[in-house]
Amino acid sequence: MKTLSKIYMWVIFALLYAPILVLILFSFNEAGSLNHFSGFSFKWYVELFRDTRALDALKNSLYLAVSSSLLATVIGTLAAFAISRMRSKYIKNTLKSVTNIPMMNPDIVTGVSMMLLFVAAMAVPFSPLKKLGFVTMLIAHTTFNLPYVILSVLPRFQQMDKHLTEAALDLGCTPTMTFFRVELPLVVPGIISGLMLGFTLSLDDFVISHFVSSPDFQTLPLYVYNQTAHEVKYSMYALCALLVFVILLLLLGVNFAGAKDQKKADQPKKRRRKAGGAA
Amino acid sequence: MKKIISVILTLFTLASLMLVSVSCSKDGGESTGGTTTLYVYNWGEYISDGSEGTIDSNAEFEKYCKEVLGMNVKVNYSTFSSNEDLYAKLSSGAVSYDVVIPSDYMIARLAAEGLLKEVNPNETIPNYQYISDDFKGLYHDENEIWSVPYTYGTVGIIYNTDMVSEDEETFGSWALLWDENHKGNILQFNNSRDAFGTAQYYLGYSVNSDDPAEWEEALGLLLEQKNVVQGYVMDEVFNKMKGGSAAIAPYYAGDFFTMYADNERLAFFHPEEGTNMFVDAMCIPASTQNYELALEYINFMLSEEIAIANAEYICYASPNSLVYENETYMEDMAEVHPDAISILYDFDMSKMEFYHDLSDETRMLMNSLWEDLKIESTIGVAIYVICGVIIAFGLALLVYNIAVKKRRQYYFNKYSK
Repeated sequence: MKTLSKIYMWVIFALLYAPILVLILFSFNEAGSLNHFSGFSFKWYVELFRDTRALDALKNSLYLAVSSSLLATVIGTLAAFAISRMRSKYIKNTLKSVTNIPMMNPDIVTGVSMMLLFVAAMAVPFSPLKKLGFVTMLIAHTTFNLPYVILSVLPRFQQMDKHLTEAALDLGCTPTMTFFRVELPLVVPGIISGLMLGFTLSLDDFVISHFVSSPDFQTLPLYVYNQTAHEVKYSMYALCALLVFVILLLLLGVNFAGAKDQKKADQPKKRRRKAGGAA
Repeated sequence: MKKIISVILTLFTLASLMLVSVSCSKDGGESTGGTTTLYVYNWGEYISDGSEGTIDSNAEFEKYCKEVLGMNVKVNYSTFSSNEDLYAKLSSGAVSYDVVIPSDYMIARLAAEGLLKEVNPNETIPNYQYISDDFKGLYHDENEIWSVPYTYGTVGIIYNTDMVSEDEETFGSWALLWDENHKGNILQFNNSRDAFGTAQYYLGYSVNSDDPAEWEEALGLLLEQKNVVQGYVMDEVFNKMKGGSAAIAPYYAGDFFTMYADNERLAFFHPEEGTNMFVDAMCIPASTQNYELALEYINFMLSEEIAIANAEYICYASPNSLVYENETYMEDMAEVHPDAISILYDFDMSKMEFYHDLSDETRMLMNSLWEDLKIESTIGVAIYVICGVIIAFGLALLVYNIAVKKRRQYYFNKYSK
């Protein structure tokens, strides 16, 4: 039974990671082919760093992913805080389901409706929105990131011990201080996971970007998709391999940081409690 | 608390509004700091881009503008992967381009809907004189108003010489795609127009027919082909043919050379019944902001050095006499494939037929027939069966839950009294 479960685990792992491994392996293939491996070479990596359009697209993608996930995290955390404080259960539940709409909606519906909205907004006289580009992409990506942030932060607020807030207020904290010193630190893990989720979702979104993008701001998924009219360049394999590597590093970093934070978070809490007691 | 949050939110909204206006002023104007941006929208991988030591056509154009015209120009080059994508972008009105390169039937549609601006190449594009007369005044632009040909190509059959011999009875004809001897080794287009096209050429019908009976007959032929076909593919064809996992596939002549570069056992022919031909041509959308510069760009793309670089990079045939009469070009292409020039340029034009834009009824008919072809497979049936089972299971679970609840309620009421 034990060996069977081990085999099962490896089969699942193989199914999950074989495509990525094949891609990484063939990014080092000198021949530029998926059929035979002629020799190890960095040719496609060199080619990639000469391809300014691909690098621009990558830069845009990263820029957009970082800014939209940060924006969504700030808005989402505030929203989650407000929702968790609501007294009327009826309004609370309605709000919760309303914020989930961008997540439940098929991407294509979100994409088309966003595009129509932007085109309509551009037609309004004196509107600050002149044409599609970074701004419209940012708005669209922030919108679809929001529900994920709220979904990962809200439970943290709800699980939080209310007595901690009350104690802080009791001991002389202003509500603002309570929020920043007590409540916010307690939901940080939720915020980080929301941020990561938003970052990855925004990085690989294709459908919505397809509708709201313009030639001024092309992201990587759009760039790769548009190559499929003919054969996709082999330097794209190199790019994907690099992306996998960077994301792996990022994940490891977050995990380590998370583990350290937890240790740290345990100690200051005790100290603060003592300090509070002394006061 | 509420006050502070609302203050934060207000500040935040203000900040984001400022961000919007700042970034708008950054990319809002067409020309900032004396640099004009020219928006070019082309097929993916359809221009020489400087990789592997080739000429970077767009960079050359920027250089040309600076040195000869004394302008700072930035070419914003983006790509699409189908004519329909291009149509969606242009007709949405959300973005504006200065030069686009759609195929023939799409040019006809765009022109009919007023989405193009007149080019009148005879007066505005000096290099237009080098375009072969065969490609002037074609059906999509009879009066030479809208477009300047960029490349053209044909559909033919690619086969693996290890698996298909030239002595076979069906060789040289579309019949090869229906040959029982190659059962399981034949690929077909996964695109309704091209797939129906293969059957229609084989039957000797026009691909632009409005007669439903002819389309039905083509469907019959495609259904018959299903037994011998390995799969319906688009760009997967590259890997399948290169790797030898399929023997026969209909595809575009220009892309044959990409496959040949990796597998020298592949060969190509134009079926004797005739086949499809397409022209991709440069046009200027009605929403252009830089009409004059767009004309310069089109003219520059037809100049000798650039046109040759592009033709060698994308391996499609060029309608430009500066290219196809150039000796170096011929030698370079011979290195790609010994018969490259004859494959690209030597065929009977009278047997070629363009795809015209279909009437709405015919397009709907074609799409529904295509659905019939794709759905009538074991997978299609299996999906219905699986869906049915899942729904039945869900219903059973629901009924069971309700029954259990009712019973509990019943006993609860009975014993709580």
